Amino acid sequence: MSLLDHRANDDLASLEAGLDALESNERKTLPRWRRWLAATWPPLVAVALLVVVWQLVYNAGVLPAYRLPSPSDVLASLRDQWQAGTLQQATWNSVRRGGLGFLASLAIGTPLGLLVGRVRSVRRAIGPILSGLQSLPSVAWVPAAILWFGLSDATIYFVVLMGAVPSIANGMVSGLDQVPPLYLRVGRVLGARGLASARHVLLPAALPGYVGGLRQGWAFSWRSLMAAELIARSPDLGLGVGQLLDQSRQLQDFPGVLAGILTILVIGIAIELCLFAPIERRVLRRRGLVAATS
Amino acid sequence: MTVLEDQGTVTTTAPAVTLRGVTKRFGQGPNILDDVSLDVAEGEFLCLLGASGCGKSTLLSLVAGLDRPTTGTVEVPGGRAALMFQEPALFPWLTASQNVELALRLRGVGKKERRERAQELLTLVRLKDAGGKRVHELSGGMRQRVAMARALAQDSHVLLMDEPFAALDAITRDVLHDELVHLRQSQKLTVLFVTHNVREAVRLGDRVVLLSSRPGRVVKEYEVKIGQPRRIESPEVAQLSMTVTDELRAEIRRHGGQS
Ligand SMILES: Nc1ncnc2c1ncn2[C@@H]1O[C@H](COP(=O)(O)OP(=O)(O)OP(=O)(O)O)[C@@H](O)[C@H]1O
Ligand SMILES: [Mg+2]
Repeated sequence: MSLLDHRANDDLASLEAGLDALESNERKTLPRWRRWLAATWPPLVAVALLVVVWQLVYNAGVLPAYRLPSPSDVLASLRDQWQAGTLQQATWNSVRRGGLGFLASLAIGTPLGLLVGRVRSVRRAIGPILSGLQSLPSVAWVPAAILWFGLSDATIYFVVLMGAVPSIANGMVSGLDQVPPLYLRVGRVLGARGLASARHVLLPAALPGYVGGLRQGWAFSWRSLMAAELIARSPDLGLGVGQLLDQSRQLQDFPGVLAGILTILVIGIAIELCLFAPIERRVLRRRGLVAATS
Repeated sequence: MTVLEDQGTVTTTAPAVTLRGVTKRFGQGPNILDDVSLDVAEGEFLCLLGASGCGKSTLLSLVAGLDRPTTGTVEVPGGRAALMFQEPALFPWLTASQNVELALRLRGVGKKERRERAQELLTLVRLKDAGGKRVHELSGGMRQRVAMARALAQDSHVLLMDEPFAALDAITRDVLHDELVHLRQSQKLTVLFVTHNVREAVRLGDRVVLLSSRPGRVVKEYEVKIGQPRRIESPEVAQLSMTVTDELRAEIRRHGGQS
């Protein structure tokens, strides 16, 4: 009987091994640089095409040169700003402000989102306001902030906070809402209560929504910062990219204006691509929510 | 084999699970479960059989302590029962072995011991090399086996299973039936297994309890006097399945106009 049992057991083992081998497909992934290349060249081609069209329009003389500078004019303007050191200084100032503002928003938005997501009365009270705030362009806060805080850093950070906190909090809320109730029940069966349940089940389960909120929160931080910098200008405030842009406008320096827009765009994209996109991809890929090859 | 045949009739030892006059309704709705009384003997494999929506999952949540009966009592003298859900319900942010480890961790098992025990349990369900895989990299059958390992990690001798193999293909399911029978013997488990598949119930159980629908009541019990290992295709299993199916159909017919 026991010998027979062993035989049956071995049979079962090999059967299961066979099934497992049949059912799990090892995916071959391309080397990293190939994937990177595949993701990079299409946008590069698109940008190159755009520049070519721009140059053609410039050559055709549709608009006078002072209304539409050529790509090389803009490049020259960027080079001048770089050589003068203003570009680096402004970039550093803006990125620092954006980063600090974002971190502060994170510190406020995360607990706020948790409260709204988990406490029903708080949700009834603040939930609608929070989603409403998200659709309010944060530029609208600039005049009020100037009246409250004058032309100071506080004004800038206030506007950034008003832009980013609702996004981050709402991201947290939607992350929490998307947690399947089944996971919480599983947690309870496994003996997770209160804090342990939050730490081991609720928060990890809410992470994808939260990370989406962070990404959006950064976009809102950056936008709000630029709005604030464009409007709130004063020698007391360090030079930021927004202020640089407004300076060019006042000097009627069209290449400088386009260079400013380009700088803002590139910084925003760079931080999004280098920081938030990889984090989000990682979180999703670990859970099998995106195909490994894309 | 005679030893196994006897298992269904053991009534002298204290039951591992006791339900007495259990009634359950949600809010002001109708009774989902109505006066259900049931004993699961220590070491018994009991299959609870009923049509879809008759309250099987509800009954298991009561036994697992996830919910309270409206009236009546549910007792699990050995403490907490382990529950395997209808879906594998593994946490996708953890690897297979981390899923098992979490169950141990929540029981307060130390870090080093956790790792070893998780590896042991995965070996038990023959997934010793799949511990590092993420949930989405596992096949359906492998997921259910990890879920089984996680349930075993709760170190409860009572295992509640809610249609754990319903979503699997017939071949994988058959293999997992063998696996479960094997585990139950080697780990000396008491199993309360819920299913709407008559053959599965007869294939696995020492006893099959038929539950009616709306409200859920115990209508009939069958002792399965066929020795393990059984095969789902065997004439003995088919024979008893036929009897049970007829009874189930008669039960459903009683609802006549409703469906
Ligand atoms: N939380 C709840 N609130 C209200 N009604 C519920 C709740 N949970 C279950 N029900 C109802 O109880 C009945 C039985 O549900 P249950 O999930 O226990 O059935 P089941 O036998 O497990 O069905 P299946 O075979 O489809 O899994 C259903 O009619 C369902 O609508
Ligand atoms: Mg069910």
